[in-house]
Amino acid sequence: MTDHDDTRPHMPLGLALRGYTGVIQHLSTKDTGSALSDIELESRLIELGFVEGARVEVLHEGLVGRDPIAVRVDSITIAVRRREAMAIIVA
Amino acid sequence: MEAPLLHLALVGTPNSGKTSLFNALTGSRQKVANYPGVTVERKEGFFVTPLGRQVSVVDLPGTYSLRGRSPDEEITRDFVLGKASGETVPDLVLCVADSTNLRLTIRLLLELKRTGRPMILVLNMFDIASRRGITVDVERLAKELGVPVVTSIAVRKGGTADLLALTDEISARLAAEPQENSWRALSVSELRATQREADRIIADCVSLPARPDTWTARIDAVVLHPVGGLIVLALILFVMFQAVFAWAQPAMDLLKSGFDALGELVKATLPDGLLQSFLQDGVISGVGSVIVFLPQIILIFLFILLLEDFGYMARAAFLMDRIMGGAGLHGRAFIPLLSSFACAIPGIMATRVIDNKRDRLTTILIAPLMTCSARIPVYTLIISAFIPAKDVWGFINLQGLVMFGLYATGIISALAVSFVIKFFMIRDYAPAPFMLELPDYKLPRLKSIAIGIYTRAKMFLQRAGTTIFSMMVLIWFLASFPQPPAGSTEPAIDFSLAAMIGKALEPLLAPVGFNWQIAVALIPGMAAREVAVAALGTVYAIEGGKEAAEQIGQVLATKWSLATALSMLAWYIFAPQCASTLAVIRRETGSWGWMAVTFTYMLVLAYAASLVTYNVAVALGAG
Ligand SMILES: Nc1nc2c(ncn2[C@@H]2O[C@H](COP(=O)(O)OP(=O)(O)O)[C@@H](O)[C@H]2O)c(=O)[nH]1
Ligand SMILES: [Mg+2]
Repeated sequence: MTDHDDTRPHMPLGLALRGYTGVIQHLSTKDTGSALSDIELESRLIELGFVEGARVEVLHEGLVGRDPIAVRVDSITIAVRRREAMAIIVA
Repeated sequence: MEAPLLHLALVGTPNSGKTSLFNALTGSRQKVANYPGVTVERKEGFFVTPLGRQVSVVDLPGTYSLRGRSPDEEITRDFVLGKASGETVPDLVLCVADSTNLRLTIRLLLELKRTGRPMILVLNMFDIASRRGITVDVERLAKELGVPVVTSIAVRKGGTADLLALTDEISARLAAEPQENSWRALSVSELRATQREADRIIADCVSLPARPDTWTARIDAVVLHPVGGLIVLALILFVMFQAVFAWAQPAMDLLKSGFDALGELVKATLPDGLLQSFLQDGVISGVGSVIVFLPQIILIFLFILLLEDFGYMARAAFLMDRIMGGAGLHGRAFIPLLSSFACAIPGIMATRVIDNKRDRLTTILIAPLMTCSARIPVYTLIISAFIPAKDVWGFINLQGLVMFGLYATGIISALAVSFVIKFFMIRDYAPAPFMLELPDYKLPRLKSIAIGIYTRAKMFLQRAGTTIFSMMVLIWFLASFPQPPAGSTEPAIDFSLAAMIGKALEPLLAPVGFNWQIAVALIPGMAAREVAVAALGTVYAIEGGKEAAEQIGQVLATKWSLATALSMLAWYIFAPQCASTLAVIRRETGSWGWMAVTFTYMLVLAYAASLVTYNVAVALGAG
């Protein structure tokens, strides 16, 4: 990878705070604690546009536990719970 | 020669404008029904193309793929594949895209192509795309995708002209094309590859200036603010409540006096007797007691459709998700449950905004626990007869406190039941994680709101009307037969089947402190809960019925113990006996089973609550 974002530490989107911007590096659906199976979760995330290289920004957070979050993914806004967002590794 | 009906299907991601396009194409020539066996709305409409071809078009549930992860999405998949029972395979699939946001739809389209169905890609919302400076090389896109592409503006007059022309052109040469289905569920890596391919095609054919909708960002800064957002939500709810309770009242009164006048007319023109009683008590007041809810239903749907069209519904779900999630409810259940405070019927109908089957079912099952307006007359009667109007802690009125307690108990029970369902009952679908697109805000369109309300109101009157009508006839029959012997002075109801049933039920109801008169009142109370008040009046042979509520109160105060009264209040928190709600549950779930489950669990809760209340009250000396 020659992506300049490699210089930033990789972290799950589920830990990002409001205002965070980054680029999706990969999906890692193991041990997120989501009720969905790994494959199902990965499929759904891809179907909503969470694919490698997509630009993300955390726009809003909920009141209780800063959850769920509203994430800008390229040209659309998606609401997800932090638990599912743990599968999205960004930098 | 008349060409056969051409079958179209609208497929696309949520919020791409399928329903708007559907409305634009068909106007009010629509049929709304349920798919057999599932809780999914099926909308079919009809129109004629410029060249005179008769067309039927189906508005399918929004989906991001053909995997079918919810009952709605299964419908879409089966429909496109021609596997849906009793449905014709669509001759032509219209894949509807939001032109400002093509990534997900192009991926869906690449998947759809594998089904071999003839297809058109409809670049909808082209007005918004143009305004934002997005340009699409339509010809090149069609070539790369191997699918005809057309732009459209569903909400503008004439905005679908190109689509209509293309439909005519394609339908003329449809039969010649062989159709082979090579679709199967995509693996994760195939999904990724398809998305890459879609992104590549978009990069080739679409120029996207990075200019997000600033209006949406500005509104969201307030509406999705963790604290401010909840305040805005509370304000919207307040206006909604106000509308449903206060603004609907004059219209409801008008309808009610209309039905009363009609009843009086029947009474005046027909001779006393069975026919008169059947028409007046059975048909007119029975069916009328349900139709008076029409203004509330129209208002609730007006609000829901407005908020949905504007794009706010997804935001309300976002704000409430964690707050409701603790009880196992989905964020989207919020509005339907709220509507249920007016009446469970519109509330249950509004659960259609919940796309996951399990979440929708849970919401339907607990909606009747929200204190509906029909319980208010019963509560008011008993509270004013038995609860002293004194102040507690100096400033709170005891009567008001009891009323509040009844509402609160309903809400808490609903949350508890949902919690139980989450853990023990419905396990056939994985619980839906909250993943929801927050669409850009759009100005609601009068036409689609009007069509939406019209179709719902029509359905309410038609379908619920027929079921409720038959229940009313049954109840009237029970309360009227057999007739009293000639010359008897006791109330006619004493001789009826209803009274026999009441007396038969008495031993069962004695442990909760109910006498046979209450048991009888519970029977006509099945038609609509507030009827129980009038029924108690009839049973205690008081003249005047509902108007003399205060007088009934005095009589009750002498005939019932405080323990019985409290037990009756506890019963009505759960009060399973509302035939119209049960009929709507049956219709919306497409299952007699879930109707039976609702009835049974509410009956059990009502009985248990009354049993505890009665015995505790007796033990405390209120017997
Ligand atoms: N400006 C504009 N708005 C549109 C167009 N098509 C749909 N809308 C709006 O987009 C929103 C979502 O449309 P809807 O038909 O409910 O989408 P569905 O979820 O695919 O059925 C509504 O507020 C519509 O008024 C269009 O072509 N132009
Ligand atoms: Mg729609």
